[in-house]
Amino acid sequence: MAATAQDPSAPLRAEKKDEDRDEDMEYSPFYGIEKGAVLQEARIFNDPHIDPRRCQQVITKLLYLLCQGETFTKKEASEVFFSVTKLYQSKDANLRRMVYLVIKDVCPGSDEVIIITSSLMKDMNSKTDLYRSNAIRVLCSIIDSQLLGQIERYLKQAVVDKSAVVASAVLVSAMHLLGSNSEIVRRWTNEIQEAIQSKHAMVQFHAVALLHALRANDRLAVSKLVSSLTRGAVRSPLAQCLLVRYVAQVIAESAATGGIEARPFYSFLESCLRHKAEMVIFEAARAVCAMRDVSTRELAPAVTVLQLFLSSSKPVLRFAAVRTLNKVAMTHPLAVTNCNIDMESLISDQNRSIATLAITTLLKTGSESSVERLLKQIGSFMSDIADEFKIVVVEAIRALCLKFPQKYRALMNFLSNVLREDGGFEYKRAIVDSILILIREIPDAKESGLSHLCEFIEDCEFTYLSTQILHLLGREGPRTKEPARYIRYIYNRIILENATVRAAAVASLARFGALVAELRPRILVLLSRALYDNDDEVRDRATLYLAELGGKAGGVEAVDVQWDLPARNLEKSLRSYLENGGEGPFSLAAVPRALPPAPKKEQKKAQSAFGAALKPEVAANGDLGAVVQSMPQFKGLGPLFKSSEPAKLTEEETEYSIAVVKHVFARHLLLQFNCTNTVEEQVLEDVSVTVDLAQAEEFEEEAVVPLERMPHGAVGHTFTLLRRPEGSMALGKLVNILRFKVKEIDPSTGETEEEGYEDEYTLEDLNVAPGDYIRAAPVPNFRAAWEALGEEAELGDDYGLGERENLQEAVEAVVGILGMAPCDGTDAVPPNARSHTVLLAGTLIGDAQALVRLSFGIDAARSVAMKLVVRSDSPDVSQAIHQIIQDA
Amino acid sequence: MGLWVSRLLSIFGEKEARILVLGLDNAGKTTILYRLQVGEVVSTIPTIGFNVETVTYKNIKFQVWDLGGQTSIRPYWRCYYPNTQAIIYVVDSSDTERIGTSAEEFHAILDEEELKDALILVYANKQDLPGALDDAAVAEGLGLSSIKSRDWAIFKTSAIKGDGLFEGLDWLSNMLKTRRR
Repeated sequence: MAATAQDPSAPLRAEKKDEDRDEDMEYSPFYGIEKGAVLQEARIFNDPHIDPRRCQQVITKLLYLLCQGETFTKKEASEVFFSVTKLYQSKDANLRRMVYLVIKDVCPGSDEVIIITSSLMKDMNSKTDLYRSNAIRVLCSIIDSQLLGQIERYLKQAVVDKSAVVASAVLVSAMHLLGSNSEIVRRWTNEIQEAIQSKHAMVQFHAVALLHALRANDRLAVSKLVSSLTRGAVRSPLAQCLLVRYVAQVIAESAATGGIEARPFYSFLESCLRHKAEMVIFEAARAVCAMRDVSTRELAPAVTVLQLFLSSSKPVLRFAAVRTLNKVAMTHPLAVTNCNIDMESLISDQNRSIATLAITTLLKTGSESSVERLLKQIGSFMSDIADEFKIVVVEAIRALCLKFPQKYRALMNFLSNVLREDGGFEYKRAIVDSILILIREIPDAKESGLSHLCEFIEDCEFTYLSTQILHLLGREGPRTKEPARYIRYIYNRIILENATVRAAAVASLARFGALVAELRPRILVLLSRALYDNDDEVRDRATLYLAELGGKAGGVEAVDVQWDLPARNLEKSLRSYLENGGEGPFSLAAVPRALPPAPKKEQKKAQSAFGAALKPEVAANGDLGAVVQSMPQFKGLGPLFKSSEPAKLTEEETEYSIAVVKHVFARHLLLQFNCTNTVEEQVLEDVSVTVDLAQAEEFEEEAVVPLERMPHGAVGHTFTLLRRPEGSMALGKLVNILRFKVKEIDPSTGETEEEGYEDEYTLEDLNVAPGDYIRAAPVPNFRAAWEALGEEAELGDDYGLGERENLQEAVEAVVGILGMAPCDGTDAVPPNARSHTVLLAGTLIGDAQALVRLSFGIDAARSVAMKLVVRSDSPDVSQAIHQIIQDA
Repeated sequence: MGLWVSRLLSIFGEKEARILVLGLDNAGKTTILYRLQVGEVVSTIPTIGFNVETVTYKNIKFQVWDLGGQTSIRPYWRCYYPNTQAIIYVVDSSDTERIGTSAEEFHAILDEEELKDALILVYANKQDLPGALDDAAVAEGLGLSSIKSRDWAIFKTSAIKGDGLFEGLDWLSNMLKTRRR
């Protein structure tokens, strides 16, 4: 009971209050500490005669409060601060130490803090090491750069102080100063170098860290530093660990650049594996395992030491080792198999984290023969672990099953067993997902998987999972050998479940009826029972399906409609159809087949940030092509080739907000102007945009569709249709003038005035760029498509892109200019890469396919070079792509 | 606790007093403090904050707080006023230009409620410099004659030479002793 010594009243209070509660509570010496009371107590600092022991206790409480996240108001902080400074009169060393701590933590106002400066500077030159080190720490945390200049020489001297606490204090403080005053710290390099030679472990550790931090921005300097340190005498295990990390970093970076000596420091890492300190050994092993493209030979010694750790008596070592091996198992399962026996004994480890990691590692590395044995062991252990660990295990099992499809029976059984046990939604979903994937991937597993799922829905509390499974049954069940056996399970749902599940079950049954002719009469009977369901949706579905199965309303085929349209596009088209008044029948042909590109993240952010203000634009964005498709005037234009993103033609917060969308057709360019009136007091009528074609000679104005009235706060459209030679990529700059008639609204009556006046407003210019004539058209297999196009129309050339921040930026810029779709995820550049290849696919106007291979390289001066190779249907197209880059 | 301390004191027969040394910057406060404590002239830099030392003189333990005199620090003097038995107010007698400023600060101190019982000892310092005002002139400059209701004294001092400092402390210790009884 340490508490008794600290404050006799606290535990007493605790006992009274918490008689029924956990006994552990009483052991905290900090129980019942409350800010107001402590601040009250802090007044003893002002007593003329200081009781050092009591003051220390109060400071401890203050520090406790601060550490608990309690905040002091400015007034409270400054009161505490000034009263604490009065404790300076005491010469008690322990109290002084607490004073340093509380000053550092209480953070008084920056102007007030100067009151302590003189005293700290005096302590910094005191004979007591404890005062010196602590004063340095406090001073460095409150100091400004001007004052730092004054005391710099003391600090510099302190770096090589023979007392370890002083030297460490100043080294650590220097780390903090680096942010604001790096040039001063840089002047101490010689002293820091000397500190690295210190025989004190901590000083060496801090000196290594500081020296590295000083050079962190210069890759070459880091490499030099590391190589000199690996030869030097870094003896402290902590510093050695740090060094191992830096070495790993250098290796990672040199690997990215593809340097000649791919593993410059590998031998150093290997020697660290034989270090006498466990932490260094582990650090080195982990570094080796994490190396990119590590070879089996390089990996072997690291795995061997980790294997030794697996049977260590220290839980932390076991955990560290199994965790690292788990990672290795993902990439090099074979390298880890040697450890399997050790790991199997860890399954029964008391520490559940270790056990789970051991299991999942084993599942990754296990051979086909050991699967059954493993499953048995896991089964006994599943009930002991938390859901999130269970999910990890389930995922590992799924991976294993995909690896050893022959073992599906055992694994599927295991999954269905755990499915029957209690568990949360996430866990159940992980299992169901796994089974669904197995059914899809392993045809043999389908029947047993389906029957397991049938059993599961008999007793499933999660609507989402039930509907998902019912849908799957409807799709897969009719194609199995014995479709009839599923009928009972599904029909039971109609009788027993909630409306959502019932509706799903009806749909599922109807599928059986449609696809299996001999079952149809029985299905009709079952469905007709659902006609009297008390839920509308269920009844409607039953009615519809009965009619269809009976040969009416589209017939049997309509039950199982195969949608080849992306649902998102369909939704979008339907929405715009409804918004435009829903005239005439809706045509499915108008729904675009291509998936729209996922909206960029920045855009999303901006939208959420501005919220309502941007709404009109979002709406305009949503019905890009659909608006045009629904306009009868433009029916004759043929199929739409591409629509651009809306571009704003007005400044923010002008009276009218105008954005333009370019629609490209075979012979036309249609400009759609999305117009919004932002001023409530006026009505804008007869709105149109006149386009001056002086700088775009290939175009010719063909038609203008004016907007009757520009709505307030919503989007209206006016169109200008330009003709150009068929298939040509006409370019140029369009100068746009908005013309309209203004009518004021009388603010008193709210009525619009009769008379209006003509007005015009110059919008921003619009460029028609080559990118407008290229459509992103991703190909699933770039290599095959590339081969298919052949070398006839291949055209390659080199370009310099000048200086860039990094390769990613260069890649994004070029991809943006070309407007083509990156394939195989090649648009993401690995960090620190020095070279990168991007594959692009697109279609040019006139339906000419073009594939582009871009090879980027960046040198030390950050200047980027690019090789562009195009393959396409004709040399002209290839030439056109090169032209785009040359003009950009 | 007060009782406990006073009992201890009576055993050792020693008294304690808390003293603030105040005055404009460059008046010589820190030099005076260390002259009193270690008996010699130490080189000083402008005090950013405070120095606190214990000086034992004539069986009285003086806890002397030397607060920095720069304009930026003066607002914080008041934080150290409570429980103060005496103020030593130091004036640079050679700085005739700022005697007015010094007087303003001095009277602000006199008006402080927390210091209403404190003894006032004025050091007309830097008497070694040519052109230094004598104690009468400094007293007039500070308007000492207007102080009616409390004990005060002024001494001509030179911290460099050590003149007058202990005479002032003599006065202080006598006054304190008479007060206690």
